[in-house]
Amino acid sequence: MEGKRTVAPNPTDDHEARTAPLIAAEAAVLADEQTLTRRRLVRLATAGAAGMAATGYALERASAQDATPDPAPDPEADPEAGEDEEATPAPGGTPVGSAGELVVYSGRNEELVGDLVPRIEGGTGVDLEVEYAGTSELAAQILEEGENTPAGLFLAQDAGALGALAAEGRLQELPAELLERVDPRFRSPDGLWVGISGRSRVLVYNTDQVTEDRLPASVLDLPTAGFEGQVGWAPTNASFQAFVTALRVLEGDEGARAWLEAMQGIDPVVFESNGDVVRAVGRGEIQVGLVNHYYLYEIQAEEQTELPIANHFFQAGDPGSLVNVAGVGILAGTDQAEQAEAVVDYLLTEPAQAYFAEQTFEYPLIQGVPLAEGLRPLEEVQGPEIDLSDLADLEGTLALLTELGII
Amino acid sequence: MLTLRPRPAAKPASLVRGASAAGGGALAAPWRGRGGVRVRRGRPPVVVWLPAVLAGLLMLTPLVYLVIRAGESGGDVWGLVLRARTARVLANTALLALAVAAAGSAIAVPLAWLTSWTDLPLRRWWAMAAALPLVVPSYVGALTVVAALGPRGALQGSLERWGVERLPTIYGFFGAWLTLTLFTYPYVFLSVRAALRGLDPALQEASRGLGHGPWRAFFRCTLPQLRPGIAAGALLAALYAVSDFGVVTLLRYDTFVRAIYVQYRASFDRTLAAALALLLVAFAAGLVLAEARLRGRAAYHRLGGGAARRPKPIALGRWRWPALAYCASVVGLALGLPLGVLVFWLLRGVSGGEGLDGLATAAVHSVSVSALAAAAATLAALPVATLAVRYAGRVAGLAERVTYLGYALPGIVVGLAFVFLGANYLTPLYKTLPLMVLAYVVRFLPQAVGAVRTSLLQVSPRLEEAARGLGRGPAGATWRVTVPLTRSGLAAGAALVFLTVMKELPITLFLSPIEYDTLATSVWNATGGGAYGKAAAPALLLIAVSAVPTLLLVARDRTARVGRD
Repeated sequence: MEGKRTVAPNPTDDHEARTAPLIAAEAAVLADEQTLTRRRLVRLATAGAAGMAATGYALERASAQDATPDPAPDPEADPEAGEDEEATPAPGGTPVGSAGELVVYSGRNEELVGDLVPRIEGGTGVDLEVEYAGTSELAAQILEEGENTPAGLFLAQDAGALGALAAEGRLQELPAELLERVDPRFRSPDGLWVGISGRSRVLVYNTDQVTEDRLPASVLDLPTAGFEGQVGWAPTNASFQAFVTALRVLEGDEGARAWLEAMQGIDPVVFESNGDVVRAVGRGEIQVGLVNHYYLYEIQAEEQTELPIANHFFQAGDPGSLVNVAGVGILAGTDQAEQAEAVVDYLLTEPAQAYFAEQTFEYPLIQGVPLAEGLRPLEEVQGPEIDLSDLADLEGTLALLTELGII
Repeated sequence: MLTLRPRPAAKPASLVRGASAAGGGALAAPWRGRGGVRVRRGRPPVVVWLPAVLAGLLMLTPLVYLVIRAGESGGDVWGLVLRARTARVLANTALLALAVAAAGSAIAVPLAWLTSWTDLPLRRWWAMAAALPLVVPSYVGALTVVAALGPRGALQGSLERWGVERLPTIYGFFGAWLTLTLFTYPYVFLSVRAALRGLDPALQEASRGLGHGPWRAFFRCTLPQLRPGIAAGALLAALYAVSDFGVVTLLRYDTFVRAIYVQYRASFDRTLAAALALLLVAFAAGLVLAEARLRGRAAYHRLGGGAARRPKPIALGRWRWPALAYCASVVGLALGLPLGVLVFWLLRGVSGGEGLDGLATAAVHSVSVSALAAAAATLAALPVATLAVRYAGRVAGLAERVTYLGYALPGIVVGLAFVFLGANYLTPLYKTLPLMVLAYVVRFLPQAVGAVRTSLLQVSPRLEEAARGLGRGPAGATWRVTVPLTRSGLAAGAALVFLTVMKELPITLFLSPIEYDTLATSVWNATGGGAYGKAAAPALLLIAVSAVPTLLLVARDRTARVGRD
């Protein structure tokens, strides 16, 4: 098939000049007609592509409202946007939504909180524009942006990032009325951020293979509980690392190292994520796994069957039952503090807290919201006597895990 | 062999390359080395040097940012940087980069040769398939490698009936090296293929005519000619391995970039991270210099009149089947494996009720921003490559090499540099497409420069001089002669930038206009939530869309194969 082409009879074949990279000068200079046709084509194509991109961009700009911080947004400046996206003020309340959209940086995944966004908008009248990215990347971004951050609110997956922003003076104090709804264990000691949902570390186990009386009361006894090759963990996961940090705080660096080495001695099975650990336990590949409590519910819901798995809570005060939170903070100097406060307010009311309880199977952090079925009440879990702001030294934890070859 | 057949369109090649091309030696003037006639001495025209210098300065943006951040610490940060762990991760990084470049070249050169110079069955199909792994985002690739070859993966599952309980671990150096090689060898493949297509078969024929066997002719004559192509492609693959984050994280190999991310993630310490990144820049600069040495300073274009012919395909004979098996195993691993896993996830996800909402918008966003970045990067690459090839000198060399720095930096550093620049100094542009495109150009310009310079090397400056002699200005000569002649290089560069922007993640997350979803961010969102079923659709769409320019690129040589004789 190629052989035929090599004797192509037509030396003025238009295609030839187009693609042969080395052609004689005369071909380029003299074969004007061909080059012109080609050039016209190239120009047309280029112009077309540029036009498409420009149109797309213009449409984007027109439909999305201006995201850059604007000290005094004129409601008449962008009539199209006004028509398209009528802000719905809170019924009876102050029309906090009318001053433009509140930009939220969300370190919580869209899969988890995406459905909550319209509820917040409906509940507060504030229009939200949400940027999703990793919690720590967003924290670094906010630090780089400084005063000019377009974000008004930061929704973080864990307390550590909020603590880092608070330490750099990038968060502003929340109203006491909002802070007081949450147990002091789960908010900033300086009132700069507040937890909105909680999660507990647990030992998930396969109920067909293991009876609960075989499970240790403390995570410290797990290495000697007879589960060689049967424990799953996800050491690259942030929640696992927070647990190791808690272990270091409570047992000292040497205690933590000894526990980790003892665990390595029983040959734990490594997974990428907590979800993978729970699935493996459900399939009976391993008998137990160190995870967050809510994956069990998610996976039961996802598989739509009753898997033979259950959560085992370690005893109260054990490092193995650390309770960590996802939380929010309002960016210092934002011109939309009022809207941001309205959103935090909503997040700490019954409907939003019920969303976390029912949709993400987390612990609600305000009183009087029913837990997901089968969840042990937070008061009985009693995470260790440890302040979340004590868990700042993630770096030391990562160094330890790296040194031991765990991550 | 050289002029046995009458060739009306082309005069006999009077000379092609320097004396080291043994076969051509008898025909060739000793024409390489520092004293070569190749470069035009004298001042480059302003249309060339000004944009090149501007592009070079733009490339320095992340560097300036890093110096500012690292400088904030006072001197004590360097004590932290120069600790034992740093030396270890640096050694790990060097090992990975070199191993990926070497393995990528070893895979790619035979593939490129088979698909361009032999009568391999379905040759063009193989060429396309061999280029396509480049469009698989490496984090998706790593996820699929783990799913297939990991401890509880598909391979182990299928071996379980024979009692295989555990596979040798995929984690660590082996897995990272395998994954990165599989998804970056196309850099070498594409650039070697371009070089092979630009090569004049007269050389090889002269070598054969002088009594060399086919292998000897290949190793002594063709392979040295491919050196710049191999070096350019291997450099891109090596720098990719250096700056990649997704693969080394998912496969748990401790490299420099991972150490930088740990700084950001663990302590939110931008100062130490910046100091580490500066060290990484120094390391990458070493790689770039090594490539420049490997590339050599020889001329690779024709001297004198005439034009290159297309060769007759080399008959593989009984080697046809081993050659086919080779192509099939490379393509099967690098393309079949990720696609297979993704399709499996897609089917499982669809049966689990995952919808496909928002995919069209995300695809439009991805395509428009990638097209803009490809156009901008190609435009910026032309003066840089011209300066480097035609006016070689210190400044020109520097301008070209500086462009490689952005590419060596992890995306999070380039992204944060532009967050800093945009939010504080270019506030109206922050979180708009222009700034986002600018950041992409900084990160991916070397791909365009590499492609353009390789094809520019094969264009004799005499052609431009002829155009000048016929009355064109410097810009006119470039536009009328050089650009058309290097079009395949320009297109290759644009396509490379397009498909890397399609899959880019950190810059997109940092700098895209708010709520501007792209296919890459959709994949990220879904995998972050553990929803692989939901990730499969945008990932497959991303691969399909990026495949289009790649396929066009490879398909072009359907016409290029038409012989002149």
